[in-house]
Amino acid sequence: MEIYLVIMLVLMILGSINSLHAKDLMSAVISLGIVGFGLVISFLLLYAPDLAIVQVVIEIITLTTTIAVIVSATYELEKKKIGYSSGFYAGTILIFTVIILMVVSRFTNILSYFGQHVMRMADIYIKSAPESGSANLVTGIVLHFRAYDTLGEATVLVTAVIGVLTILRHSGKKKDN
Amino acid sequence: MISPHGMTIIVKKICQFIAPTIFLFGIYISVYGHLSPGGGFAGGVIMASAFILQILSDGSLLEKLKSERWRLELSESLSIFSFLILAVLGLLLAGTAVFFGNFLPPGKLGQLISGGFIPIGNLIIGIEVCASMTLIFVALIIFKDEESE
Repeated sequence: MEIYLVIMLVLMILGSINSLHAKDLMSAVISLGIVGFGLVISFLLLYAPDLAIVQVVIEIITLTTTIAVIVSATYELEKKKIGYSSGFYAGTILIFTVIILMVVSRFTNILSYFGQHVMRMADIYIKSAPESGSANLVTGIVLHFRAYDTLGEATVLVTAVIGVLTILRHSGKKKDN
Repeated sequence: MISPHGMTIIVKKICQFIAPTIFLFGIYISVYGHLSPGGGFAGGVIMASAFILQILSDGSLLEKLKSERWRLELSESLSIFSFLILAVLGLLLAGTAVFFGNFLPPGKLGQLISGGFIPIGNLIIGIEVCASMTLIFVALIIFKDEESE
């Protein structure tokens, strides 16, 4: 189990590095998709199917939207004649489909059955809440067991502020004549 | 649009009485987050509402707000940075060596100084949320006024 997780993490890191150094906007976005779908498989390996479902929906929506925007805005498909035959594409799609089906059939039997909710995490939270030293159970969870999640929330807020300042700024914008 | 000179003197005086109380209540919610309902996010929004009330009543003097902007940006960035430093300190100092490990002694359950770094984290998040909310409000005023000039 550990080795699959390491492979997925290495793939995700390689994908993000490739998206930073890609010459083309489209290939950068596609290699960013590797990171997102690798995260889906990592969530499945870490026994978090709810997060995996959310991540797969988010990833498909954002990737499709971004690719549609890039195709309609910048990418000229006519100029790029890629020299592979259609059999090569069909073979690639077939290989990846088989790999994905194998991974799914191998790792879905470790999950709990559909409709049966597993209360494993909730039990751990309730039993080990006094360990955090916080009388308020919610704060004990938010800042002790799930402090990493809280860091993400605070980072989302900072990113939102940076976005507002960037969109609304007056100096540094190009002025229309 | 907010007028540059603010509202009447009645509104100004009442807001001068109310805003410090709201600010104090926000600090209370943040610091007592590990004992009573509340926490950093709720307390930070309450603190920001005190600043927003003061700006609304006193009027948007553009020069004054512009000089406050860098201070808000600094406190926001510094607080999120110190939250990260808190996480790395947990990684280094706690016995379990995990990210956000609780490296301070847990203390007695129910007292103000207890729970390790949880009150510190609540206070840091409160400052961060307060600075972010106020910065968004100030940015909306500043850029709108710059546009109209």
